[in-house]
Parts: sequence; C-alpha cells; structure tokens
Amino acid sequence: MLSSTADHLYWMARSMERAENTARMLDVTYRMSLLKHSTVGPFHEWAAMLSISGLHYDYADRYGEITADKVIRFMALDEENPASIYNSLANARENARAVRGTITSEMWEALNHTWLEIRDMSTRGLGEENASRFFEWVKERSHLSRGITYGTLLQDDAFRFLRLGTFLERADNTARILDVKYHVLLPSLDDIGGAADYYQWGALLRSVSAFESYRKVYRDLITPKRVAELLVLRADMPRSLAACLNEVNRLVHEINGPRSGELIRRCGLLHAGLRFGTVDEIFSLGLHEYLTGFLVRIHELGELINTTYFWSTDE
Amino acid sequence: MKPAYDEMHDAAGGVRPSYQSFADWLKSTAPEVIARKREEADLTFHRVGITFAVYGEEAGKERLIPFDIVPRIIPAHEWKVMEAGLRQRVKALNAFLHDIYHDQEILKAGRIPKEQVLGNSQYRKEMAGVNVPGQVYAHIAGVDLVRAGEGEYYVLEDNLRTPSGVSYMLEDRKMMMRLFPELFARQAIAPVEHYPDLLLDNLRSVAPANVADPNVVLLTPGQFNSAYFEHAFLAQQMGIELVEGNDLFVRENTVYMRTTQGSKRVDVIYRRIDDDFLDPLSFRKDSVLGVPGLFSAYRAGKVTLANAVGTGIADDKAMYIHVPEMIRFYCGEEPILQNVPTWELGKSDDLKYVLDHLPELVVKEVHGSGGYGMLVGPTASKEEIRLFREKIIAGPANYIAQPTLSLSTCPTFVDSGVAPRHIDLRPFVLSGKDITMVPGGLTRVALKQGSLVVNSSQGGGTKDTWVLEN
Repeated sequence: MLSSTADHLYWMARSMERAENTARMLDVTYRMSLLKHSTVGPFHEWAAMLSISGLHYDYADRYGEITADKVIRFMALDEENPASIYNSLANARENARAVRGTITSEMWEALNHTWLEIRDMSTRGLGEENASRFFEWVKERSHLSRGITYGTLLQDDAFRFLRLGTFLERADNTARILDVKYHVLLPSLDDIGGAADYYQWGALLRSVSAFESYRKVYRDLITPKRVAELLVLRADMPRSLAACLNEVNRLVHEINGPRSGELIRRCGLLHAGLRFGTVDEIFSLGLHEYLTGFLVRIHELGELINTTYFWSTDE
Repeated sequence: MKPAYDEMHDAAGGVRPSYQSFADWLKSTAPEVIARKREEADLTFHRVGITFAVYGEEAGKERLIPFDIVPRIIPAHEWKVMEAGLRQRVKALNAFLHDIYHDQEILKAGRIPKEQVLGNSQYRKEMAGVNVPGQVYAHIAGVDLVRAGEGEYYVLEDNLRTPSGVSYMLEDRKMMMRLFPELFARQAIAPVEHYPDLLLDNLRSVAPANVADPNVVLLTPGQFNSAYFEHAFLAQQMGIELVEGNDLFVRENTVYMRTTQGSKRVDVIYRRIDDDFLDPLSFRKDSVLGVPGLFSAYRAGKVTLANAVGTGIADDKAMYIHVPEMIRFYCGEEPILQNVPTWELGKSDDLKYVLDHLPELVVKEVHGSGGYGMLVGPTASKEEIRLFREKIIAGPANYIAQPTLSLSTCPTFVDSGVAPRHIDLRPFVLSGKDITMVPGGLTRVALKQGSLVVNSSQGGGTKDTWVLEN
C-alpha cells in the first residue's frame, strides 16, 4: 500500500475516534456537572477537562470565563479549535476524500454525510439543551462508520491501518478520560463508597459505555480501584487500555514490513505491561503517574508508526 | 439562423422514433413522481460527493454539476457512423503525433505549414526522436461533437491532453438506472459501465516491452484539482493506486512508488497532470506536483505515460483545421466526421471577414481551454464584443473563429418546466493495442436559455447518453 494512503487511512480513523471520544468526554463532564451531589463546583470539572486536553490557554484567550455552555461550544463546533469535534470530523472527511479510491463508497458516503450535517449544525449553532443529543449523534456516526468499515471493506492493509488509527487514538483517549475524572474526584477519594462517589464514577463508566460491564464483572460497589482495573487492565473491555494494545500489537505484527522491527518491540513492551500488570502495582505508583507515563508511550508509538510506514526515505 | 435541431421532436412537433418509448413513459408518469426522483438525484449526488472545484472561486469550494434526467438518445445507425469517424480521426491524430516527433513526412509533403507545427509552443522539442510503445500518443481522447441537423455531426475540438468527464458519464448512467430502472427494461440501451475495464486493458497494453504484469498507477495533482473526484473514481474502478507526485521517485531511470512495504516499481502512469508540471527537472522548475527525473525515465523507455508528453500540439485550435488533411494523408481516406468551418485570424482575409461579422460568430483563443477565452457573438453584449475586438486586433494569430452553429437541443428540466436546451457530446476514444470505446459518451447541456456554452465551469450540466442497440 502507498505510504501516503496508509497515512490518510490512519488519520481518518484517528480523527473519527477522536470526535467520538471528545463527545464522550464532554458528555461525562456535562452529566457530572449536573449532579446535585457534586462535591466540587462545575467550574472545576470543565477546567479539568480543558487542562487534560491541553486546551485551557486557548480557551482562556478566546472565551475567558469557564461556563458549561461556552466550553461545549468551544469543544463541539468551534472551527478555530483544532481539537473540536467539528474539526475532527472535518479531518476525518478530508483524509477520506484523499483515499476515496481505497475505502468503499459506503464508507465515504457516511463520512461525507456526517460532515455535511455538522457543517449545517455549525451554522445553526447548538443550544445547551441539545448538548446530550449532539453527543449521542456523534457517537452514532462513529459507530456507523466503524460498522460500515467492518461490513464492507476488504480486510487487507487498508483495513489494518484504519484499525491501527482507531485503537491508538482510543488508548490515548481512554487514558485521558480516566485521568481527568481522577483529577476531579481526587478531593473526594476518602469518601469511597459514598453516594457522590457512586454517581461520579457511574458517570465516568457510562461515558465509556462500561457501566453495565462493571456491574456484570464485579457485582459490587463502584470503587476507584476497580474502575481503574476495568478500564486499564481488562482485555475484554472494548475501550480499555489493554484491549486497545491487544489490537495495536496484533496489527503491527500483521502489517509487518521491512522497517517495523523497533515498532513491534515497543508495542510488545507496552502490551506486556498491560497484559501482566496488576492494579496494585498501578496504584502503588499512583494512577495519575501511571497514566501520564502511558500517554507518553502512546505518543512515542505514534511517532514510530510515522517513521516506519509513512515517511519512508529509502530512495 | 434556422431553428435548432431538436433531438426529441421533429419540426412539426412530433416525437422522433428514437424517443418514442421515452416520451410514452414521460407522459404516463406523474409529475410528482418525476419531481421526487429529481430531488433524489440531487441528494444522492451530494451525498456521494460527485463534485468539482471551480477555478477562481474560494479554494477547495465544491459544486455539483447539475444532472438532468431527460436522456440524450442516439439512434444505432447514427452511432455507427460516429464510431467509424472517431476511430478514423483518432488514428490519424496518433499517426500525426508520431510523425511530427520523428520523420515529419506530413511537413515535408507540404500538407501542413511547417512553422505552424514546429513554431507552436505546444510542440515539445524534447519529444523529438523519443519512441513510445505502440506509437500511441493519445491513449485517451475526448472528441467533442455537436449536431447541427439530421445526420449532421461536426467535431468541435479534439481533447488529447488529459480529457475529463468520463466519471460523469458513468455516474449519470448509474443514477438513471437507480432512479428509473423501468426505462432500461423498455428498450435495449448499449451499456457503458465497462469503461474502466477497457481503460485498464488499454493502459496495460502500452506498458514498456518485457514487463509481464505491469503496475499501472493514476497520477493526480491532488484533491484540490477540479477533476479530483474523477481521478479517485477511476483509480478505484480500475483497482489501481491513485498517486501524487511525492508518492513516486526515480532511481536509475526507473520509477518507484513508496509503500508501507518499501518501494515498488511503476510501469504505466495514467497521468492527469499537464506536461508542464510532470517533472521539475525537465519542465517547470517550480512544479511541486511532479516527479523529479520522470521525463528521463520516460525517454529511456522505462515507464509509459498516458497520454504521452507533447500531445497538446495535435489538439491545439491552430492545428484543428488541419485534421481532415491528416486523415487524408495518414489513412488515405476522406474524413467521416466533418470539422466546423473555421477562419484563421492570422490570415488577413479571414481576419477582415471575422471583424466585420463578430456578432454572428464564435471566436476562440488558440491556446485557451475550458471556454474562458471565447466570445459567443450572438449572445454577447455590445461592450463584450468591443472588448474582444480589441483583444483580437492586439494578436490576431491567437484566435480562430467559427460560425455559430445552431447546436441541437434536447428537452431539459428547468425552473419553468421542460424546455429545449443546447447540448454537445464527448465520446472517449481509447488507443492502445486496439482502438476501443463505449457507445455514446458524456452529453453536456447548456442550462441557460439560448446559451451555447456547455462547459461545467460555465454553468453547464450533464445528461445520460443512450445509444440504442437497434
């Protein structure tokens, strides 16, 4: 496969996944900010979300004071915020457009339709009351794209680069979602098992579609440690770090190629840590510290994927 | 000027035999159904993203080419003549290109003035003596035809560089079959959907000698090019890689593409980039679209470019008038398809006549393309004519003029209902080991009342083209 095609496919999938996860992150923050039991002000929740995405300075410059309405506008439809859902969907569509010959027409049509719809929304604007419906819509469009990919695309390297983008981005995003909530919930950690905690952690689990799974797996109170275990180490949880790295690791083996030795080694290392790690180890290091380290490693894998597959200079 | 020939109705208002079946259907179908289907077509084209970019407008802006649901129907016996004429014409044009880059027999014989060829900026001296596989230069030709009367087809121009529009031909057919499957059951309409197969076969047939399983790629300037949709579409339909300049590189006169598995040799490039931008080492140095060293690999016979470099000389408007002579010279036959009578403004008699009759004539720039540098006398304002006259006088040799043909019309849906609009036809002729084509081509329609300009960049639309099988 052409290096540039692989590059577009990978970023198309990453951008779509990013849009979905941004919607998830906004959704959980929005829900948590609505909770009566919230032990911390809504201001804190939105601020933490901005800071974990590295966007608090951009936001402050453009919008000033933090309010739910303004943060949602900034993160959902702001054309000048490169990390907004609007721009993620635009990126997904632009990358898809560049490889229309490689993806199926159904895939392209779905992405293009998504783009046309959000472009309409951006001109109409989005009231706060519609926020939840909007987040649902983003998730559904992402589900649809992924479903069409599975249902229509030949499972060759094009398919693998799409999957690689999806899971690398998802690993990054799940780690961030977990980290941001941990930030917010930190002051109340002593209050383990309290009602506030139940709702807060419940909202977090719901945001990654893991609430029911938690119930099934643990049949018990929601505790931070188990939440972390579920979202970091459980390989059967579709959005957990372990599940993502399972996929990434398998994919780099399948794609292989003449230059992929170092990439395979680094994926293997990260994968093994998740496969054989324990939640006690993670907590003795500190979850925040663990997640920060994980994000650095994911970033490094992204760089290696670039140099291994996309920026070949073997003239 | 006599009233235009209408493809569907005769002068008395009766329906022509070729349209009888369609006319019956149209009469028996409720207007609401048709309105709904037209809406559906519009939505589908938007969703599928069959769009084109317009030069001079905001970068990256995309527009739909309007699609009209009334097909343009060509009777079998007319197509037979057109097909024979197209084969003859394209064969002669390829022979001409080979000749002028080699022995120049036609110039030696004095059949075409030497200076008009060798002094033309479209003549590529770099191509002199270069041998191309099968002596084929114009692998893909788009020949624009117009009809002026019963059985009266004229060639308006030959497009031998990177003719576009075939994707609309294919999408229009797909759309018609999707909207009105019952129409295709009523009568035998020649299929066109196998065009990508013919094209791929054609490209493979001109691979460099001794390449067993040629790797064919389509080279595009990128997604901001006006025809990008078509490039991606054709690459996908043929199952070949769509590449941009920086996907390719040249090592020891061999072209490779960069892939995730390392480099892979490229044998045939269906390029949709103009000559000037192909290779910054040989042509325009500021080109970022091309591949350094490509031309050298090409000259060495290590890679085939389709179309060849230097075809622009043969479709230049200054050369157009000589095509009938080329047919006589290389084929030893009389031309089957006629040229539109043409005045060369470089000749003083012609110039005088044209300047005296500007309001009746169509004047075209010799090196222009896309309908930008032209004057359509009958529809132009006095001011437009005055300005164009000044341009002509400043450089008469840059222009040719033709009578305003009353292009045939075809019923077309417009805001006020169904009304006749002028149309032309661009068949696509493929030359490789053999000459092949699918029946018909792309019909373009001028949507403005009275307008004769069908270019999509000037507000033209398209129609499905049916060649009847009996």
